[in-house]
Amino acid sequence: MYNKGLIVSGLVIFVLLVTFPIWFNGLDAGPLPKPELPPNGTKECVAPAAEMRAKHMQLLNEWRDDVIRNSNREKIVVAGVEYGKGLQLACMECHSNKEKFCDSCHDYAAVQPTCWECHITPTEAAKKEAQ
Amino acid sequence: MDKKRRKFLKMAGATVLAGISAPTIVKLSSNHAVAASGGDHAAPAAAHGEADAHHGEEQSSGVQLGMVIDMRKFYDDELLLDKAIAACHKVHNVPDIPERKSEIKWIWKTGYHNAFPDHSHNLRSQTIENSPFPVLCNHCENPSCVKACPTKATFKHEKNGIVSMDYHRCIGCRFCMAACPYGARSFNWQDPRPFIKEYNLQFPTRGRGVVEKCNFCSERLALGLEPACVEACKGSGAIVFGDLNDPHSEVREVLNKEFTIQRKPAAGTRPSVFYIV
Repeated sequence: MYNKGLIVSGLVIFVLLVTFPIWFNGLDAGPLPKPELPPNGTKECVAPAAEMRAKHMQLLNEWRDDVIRNSNREKIVVAGVEYGKGLQLACMECHSNKEKFCDSCHDYAAVQPTCWECHITPTEAAKKEAQ
Repeated sequence: MDKKRRKFLKMAGATVLAGISAPTIVKLSSNHAVAASGGDHAAPAAAHGEADAHHGEEQSSGVQLGMVIDMRKFYDDELLLDKAIAACHKVHNVPDIPERKSEIKWIWKTGYHNAFPDHSHNLRSQTIENSPFPVLCNHCENPSCVKACPTKATFKHEKNGIVSMDYHRCIGCRFCMAACPYGARSFNWQDPRPFIKEYNLQFPTRGRGVVEKCNFCSERLALGLEPACVEACKGSGAIVFGDLNDPHSEVREVLNKEFTIQRKPAAGTRPSVFYIV
């Protein structure tokens, strides 16, 4: 092989650069986020926690299409409590602290959902009231 | 060698011919199939032609929600309209932006000559001339905004005839605003939140860069409530709301009894909001 030394050392440098974020943090993904459990003490969500963790975005999209497109606003009953389909009507009722619940994982995963550009969080509502 | 070349040329020629003629043959044979079942197709085609001929007056089937606004009630009570507007804008988190260029309107006041340019003439009564007219989205039977929307963010509900918006899907192109003959749509040039005095936590706000308009209180109807503006005028009978396709509904009774006008009927959108002037 021609230029063996140059190629191999180049490859090593390339691999090191690409994996920079991994080894720079000492092969540690950082502390896992601990989203706050509902402050009002509710134990049951509309689906099991594992499913919610993985698929809450799909569920929200389904609710959105049901409510807006199909006029299907059927209430969802969880442990005897009725919830309307919606971020503000269902989720925020229990997970009332967006900053300690939603943001904790979204920040960790570096995703920026645009939900709260329109949907109102309790914090935002409190801010408005303080004015 | 020579023989092989001859054979090759023959094969190539035949292949090219087959390739060119294949689509034509397929088309011809499928045309035969259409012609064979032509008898069945002729009848619906004729029916279509008939429907087109009556385009202006044809009534849709199913529920078509609409309202009659009795202006005689608003002439007498100047505060009634303000109350209706305030009620609507409060439940829907509609911002109050003072600058006219960027204001957001779901239901608002306008002059007679603006609301009814087709019905204007030069010798109008003083009452009509000086009274504000409530105007809102007409939830047309044949909405031009729906046809203009490239993302289907605005659409007509099959169940109740409401012209609805999915703000998640709006890309802010404003084609619908250009298409609407009634100016019933507003664009959010900025974040509307600083201009909202009080939030209704049961309803979202809108974000920067989407178009918004009256939704005939879809969310309230689902709860069995009347639209906010109708409820605000309760007792006065100024706004009657209901199914325009139900011959026994209250709206239809009013429509049968009174002389009503629509905004810009010549636009062919068949508005669902009627006015008693």
